[in-house]
Amino acid sequence: MGVEAFSVAWDRSEESLECSLQQHLRGTAVLIMDPECARLLPALCAVLADPRQLVADDTCLEKLLDWFKTVMETECSLHLLQDHPCLMELLSHVLKPQDISPRVLSFVLRLVGIFAAQEDCFQYLQQGELLLGLFGETGALSWAAWNMPSVRSGWIQGLCSLAQHPSALHFLADSGAVDTIFALQGDPSLFVASAASQLLVHILALAMQGGASGSSISEAAAWPVCAQKIVNHVEESLHSKATPQVTQALNVLTTTFGRCHSPWTGALWGRLSPPVACLFERDPIPAVHSLMDLLLSVARSPVLNFAACGLWEMLAQTLSRLSPTQAGPLALGTLKLQHCPQELRTQAFGVLLQPLACILKATTQAPGPPGLLEGTAGSSLTVDALLSSKSAFVGLLCQTLAHLEELQMLPQCPCPWPQVPLLEATVTILRLCDGSANPSSSVGGRLCGTLGGCVRVQRAALDFLGTLSQGTSPLELVLEVFSVLLKTLESPESSPTVLKKTFQATLRWLQNSHKIPNCSDLSPDALLFLGELFPILQKRLCSPCWEVRDSALEFLTHLIRHWGGQADFKEALHSSEVPTLACQLLQDPESYVRASAVGAAGQLSSRGLQATPTSPENPQAQQGLLMDFMHILSTDSEGFPRRAVLRVFTEWLRDGHADVIRDTEWFVATVLQAVSRDLDWEVRMQGLELAQVFLIQAMGRSSLHCPYTVGLPEATSPSPHPEFLQTLCRLPLFEFAFCALLDCDRPVAQKACDLLLFLRDKTTSCSGPQEAGDSPNSASVEAVLQRWREGEQGQPLGDLEPEAMLAILRSLDLEGLQGKLAKSSDHMEKSPQSLLQDMLATVGILEENEADCY
Amino acid sequence: MKLYCLSGHPTLPCNVLKFKSTTIMLDCGLDMTSTLNFLPLPLVQSPRLSNLPGWSLKDGNAFLDKELKECSGHVFVDSVPEFCLPETELIDLSTVDVILISNYHCMMALPYITEHTGFTGTVYATEPTMQIGRLLMEELVNFIERVPKAQSASLWKNKDVQRLLPSPLKDAVEVSTWRRCYTMQEVNSALSKIQLVGYSQKIELFGAVQVTPLSSGYALGSSNWIIQSHYEKVSYVSGSSLLTTHPQPMDQASLKNSDVLVLTGLTQIPTANPDGMVGEFCSNLALTVRNGGNVLVPCYPSGVIYDLLECLYQYIDSAGLSNIPFYFISPVANSSLEFSQIFAEWLCHNKQSKVYLPEPPFPHAELIQTNKLKHYPSIHGDFSNDFRQPCVVFTGHPSLRFGDVVHFMELWGKSSLNTVIFTEPDFSYLEALAPYQPLAMKCTYCPIDTRLNFIQVSKLLKEVQPLHVVCPEQYTQPPPAQSHRMDLMIDCQPPAMSYRRAEVLALPFKRRYEKIEIMPELADSLVPMEIKPGISLATVSAVLHTKDNKHVLQPPPRPAQPPSSKKRKRVSEDVPDCKVLKPLLSGSIPVEQFVQTLEKHGFSDIKVEDTAKGHIVLLQEAETLIQIEEDSTHIICDNDETLRVRLRDLVLRFLQKF
Repeated sequence: MGVEAFSVAWDRSEESLECSLQQHLRGTAVLIMDPECARLLPALCAVLADPRQLVADDTCLEKLLDWFKTVMETECSLHLLQDHPCLMELLSHVLKPQDISPRVLSFVLRLVGIFAAQEDCFQYLQQGELLLGLFGETGALSWAAWNMPSVRSGWIQGLCSLAQHPSALHFLADSGAVDTIFALQGDPSLFVASAASQLLVHILALAMQGGASGSSISEAAAWPVCAQKIVNHVEESLHSKATPQVTQALNVLTTTFGRCHSPWTGALWGRLSPPVACLFERDPIPAVHSLMDLLLSVARSPVLNFAACGLWEMLAQTLSRLSPTQAGPLALGTLKLQHCPQELRTQAFGVLLQPLACILKATTQAPGPPGLLEGTAGSSLTVDALLSSKSAFVGLLCQTLAHLEELQMLPQCPCPWPQVPLLEATVTILRLCDGSANPSSSVGGRLCGTLGGCVRVQRAALDFLGTLSQGTSPLELVLEVFSVLLKTLESPESSPTVLKKTFQATLRWLQNSHKIPNCSDLSPDALLFLGELFPILQKRLCSPCWEVRDSALEFLTHLIRHWGGQADFKEALHSSEVPTLACQLLQDPESYVRASAVGAAGQLSSRGLQATPTSPENPQAQQGLLMDFMHILSTDSEGFPRRAVLRVFTEWLRDGHADVIRDTEWFVATVLQAVSRDLDWEVRMQGLELAQVFLIQAMGRSSLHCPYTVGLPEATSPSPHPEFLQTLCRLPLFEFAFCALLDCDRPVAQKACDLLLFLRDKTTSCSGPQEAGDSPNSASVEAVLQRWREGEQGQPLGDLEPEAMLAILRSLDLEGLQGKLAKSSDHMEKSPQSLLQDMLATVGILEENEADCY
Repeated sequence: MKLYCLSGHPTLPCNVLKFKSTTIMLDCGLDMTSTLNFLPLPLVQSPRLSNLPGWSLKDGNAFLDKELKECSGHVFVDSVPEFCLPETELIDLSTVDVILISNYHCMMALPYITEHTGFTGTVYATEPTMQIGRLLMEELVNFIERVPKAQSASLWKNKDVQRLLPSPLKDAVEVSTWRRCYTMQEVNSALSKIQLVGYSQKIELFGAVQVTPLSSGYALGSSNWIIQSHYEKVSYVSGSSLLTTHPQPMDQASLKNSDVLVLTGLTQIPTANPDGMVGEFCSNLALTVRNGGNVLVPCYPSGVIYDLLECLYQYIDSAGLSNIPFYFISPVANSSLEFSQIFAEWLCHNKQSKVYLPEPPFPHAELIQTNKLKHYPSIHGDFSNDFRQPCVVFTGHPSLRFGDVVHFMELWGKSSLNTVIFTEPDFSYLEALAPYQPLAMKCTYCPIDTRLNFIQVSKLLKEVQPLHVVCPEQYTQPPPAQSHRMDLMIDCQPPAMSYRRAEVLALPFKRRYEKIEIMPELADSLVPMEIKPGISLATVSAVLHTKDNKHVLQPPPRPAQPPSSKKRKRVSEDVPDCKVLKPLLSGSIPVEQFVQTLEKHGFSDIKVEDTAKGHIVLLQEAETLIQIEEDSTHIICDNDETLRVRLRDLVLRFLQKF
């Protein structure tokens, strides 16, 4: 469903783009039902009505419906029906009992609904008894195909489409359709049942919208008959003893309050809140999840006066009645509400904190941190109760940690936020997981046993720990955090996923551990921590598990990016073997690891932290790394390391890395040469990026070859020096870009197009009045380009003068190409005309076969 | 049924089970932790060790300074290392009929038992257990015999002296029973008593019980044992593993329906996961070698080393260690590596299927072929020519008290570039390192113990559901260092019975049935009578014949031929050979009806008293008492046989006869 919806939306945007373009060009009104489509339509309708013809593909029918919807957005459906009698024939054809396939029946029901959405067309169809014949009791309901969920779904969707105007309401009331919808709420197909509930909400909203006149709306008795009928049904269902019925009613209400924000919803809640409240008195409470959804949906409604309608009391009561596992999502939902009374927020927060408070209580000797336990003082929840089922306990803990993590990010985050007890609880949980906790109580011992080695809880706790780094914490707790992070990173028991999360949390704590405004330096404690961390990182870089090596390298890259410039950090890093090991991993057998190693080594080199600066036998270590990277770029069999190399090279070029500026031309030429042969489109794309960076940089300078020339500021030299163009030809950047323009991968061609446009704009004033065709050289280039277009891409452009290049550049319709490339490669196949042709073509083959048989 | 517990070491058990008429020793483990109290035996003269100062009492008395040496605050016995034997006094070991061995680590005390206790029975073990056990013993004997030590310290063992010594010597138990290592001759003699068995093979012991080895998944040829009679089943689980390593997987199903399950040999490191430890091992190894250091791995010559070599085989190329030599030094290194490749039928499925390709089951063959792994009997000879650094050395003994490892500790201990990685869990690594202090080399503890942990045990027990579990006392409480970890103990219902060294346990079930065969002709003569629907009874008169613990009912001998007429007169006086069969009675006596019947027959003044077991009917007039209980009725009257017979007949009216 989701994918289809997406493709439909995409289609529309594509078409509307095309329409606006056409409109713009012709200056006429949009005509979507173009003559060609109109010509194909009768044949298609005949095919659909013919039971012998099988429409092979459901998606064709969906696309057809989408097309009709689009047509109807701009055209009058009555006219359409009248102009195309074949359509009417198709619709009325269904009225006769034949063995039409269920998918066509469903299609027709939905199509009629789309037509009848316009009131005049509705009247027209009703006169012909078509509507009653399809949607009435003698219609679809009496067909054998009604057993098919797709037909029932089509019936509902058809009604949903046509229910747009008062006439439709009357029709619904008279035809008895509403009763059928009530029944369909309990349909065995979940799609049908859910659609039926949605339809009820839709009809209710329509009825109320139509009947909305003045103040009488608050009087439920004055409501339109149709609305009353639905509300009565919902009320009855709420009183039902059967949970499924209660659930249906609650779902209808939840959707209603979620969608409709008119004043009448207040009256609706006023009438239905007593039976809803009664549900809480039952034991067990039926349909707990739907009930919670309803309460939250009501609470989010902008039109209700909550204080008057008793919603807060109901929420408070629910929070206290439900078990901790059930109440968690409700508590989170409550806390997210905009206008919630403080008291209720405190209660909800207390519910959310309960499991953590229990753990703290069970593991701490002291009476317990007051901040966390205040809200839960009256709670009877104990660890004993929680520990009765390990899986339920683990689930609750993970849920709680995730909820708290989500909450801390929100503007509604409770204030004051109990940072210290939460941090203590999270550290305790992590210690229980890694077995380093040493609680004296027997309950604590049981907690150890339950959570020991529990990766799920460990991951959730690490995520939350990372989020907690945003708050301000006392130093001794920060040190505790560092110690538990070290323990987890060090422990042989830590799984690769746990390690990855630990690295992430560590990074966040290092960033936030000691916030000094306007200072990104590491605190002394963080530096001490790093001193202990690097030996562990060394070990992790040697892990037999590639995921661990990979995340260790990524972590290292982040560390250097943040603090690589800081002297203390440099010293700590240098005193370890980490840089050497990271560079050794450039030869790792796993391509992901090699890619990460490229990133790390690139960062190290950017910061002057390369592995072997003191090695006497290797004075060219730095240059060595550049050559290593070049080697990877031209020989590595996997794409990831090559992409990583280009990312690093681009960064080096942008940042003016010493090795690159030593001979930029050589650097760019070598890279482009390697990239042009690469089979990986992302590498080629990254190559264009590098070329672009090079161009931008070079154009900023007056001359590429004379860095010592006293150049004037940019403003006086808007166009590049001719020598520069020579360089571009020599590199050969032009050739590379022209090749990329014809790349079979669209993003590469797009990027190349952008690059050439940029280049063309910058060089407009560069050459003389010479025209492209004037140069014999450029003619040969054109010839080569033409051959390339035809698929022979082996031939090089050869040595070309800048003038020739510029001439080609100007002669190319880059804008046109850009427009073409912007469209997806299958845009031609998505036109309505092609859809109709395709559908006919598939059955056309059948026809031919039939003729052969005779 | 009794269990005599001769060893206090939970992973090196030695128990004796008395079951029916058999006496079965379960394992024969040797506790070698006693050697940690001794100074290492250096292969090459070590000035450091020989110059250690002698230890003297606080008052300066130095009479022990020849026997005890001090090193970094620890005191060691300077003598040939000695081992702590299983209890020999608790039960007369000459009465042991058979010894069942579960794996090669649990047979190291065998020569002490078979050669010095008058043992005349048979030892049962699988072939890999015997062969690799032999290698371990050979290595041990070799390690100790090749460094002859003139001195044998005994003064310190004197109880009065021992009291004065510092810990841990002061607390060492039963030092007087500690013995020096056996000789190769004793080893050979002990091993000659082994009879080889295969998994699931049923071995009859004197017709009384049947013993069967089952795969335990821990080591090559390792077994658990089922000991069963017709109606009782005892399972002996020792050193089992559920992890997928090289041996055949554990057979759990056959352990079901046991009356008693004796559970020993669980993991010694319950908090460490072997996979994590292998990762740790590899990381530390690579880190050291990349920094130019050497790695020393003290290990046994068989077992985990196969798995470690396999991991390294996969890891060395990716870690860029292809040029680093791996040395495996042991007097039995060659045999161990070769044995592992020929025991295909004892390996896990994956490795078995390789044999059919045909490929060697273990990849260390390839390591040897490509010269990445080299093995030597000792550091002398070829090794010293080939030796190249940095390198990785696998060698014994894990206690660091004897073997080639002592030499490498002395050689590499001074440099912080080198690392010693402990993978064997049998010895505390801190204690093992004590005589090498101060030590510059790095130490890493990566104990790899694949035996069952407590979570696995609890699953196993749930699955096989034994009636009773018996285990060492260490398993019934959390480890002393982690007293809060209630999950690190056996949790089952009913609670496990625990034992400790030198304890005798009466196993909590009584034998209630015995299987008896009926000869066909006797069975033919039986006439069953239905006493309840579905239940028929028949009386049997037969002769019970018992031989080799098998019981057979045979038809009774025919009555003797009627004697000749001359003797006819005396016939009535003769006691017949076969007595006239009296009918058997069944049913219960309803007291009220019985009293009414008595009254009908003229008895009066009847009084009924209720007792704990039934009733007493008192005939006061006749001074007679009828005691009615569930399974007996007694008429007690004063020598009045007529009255007794009358009363008996009245009682019989209420009972069924057949």
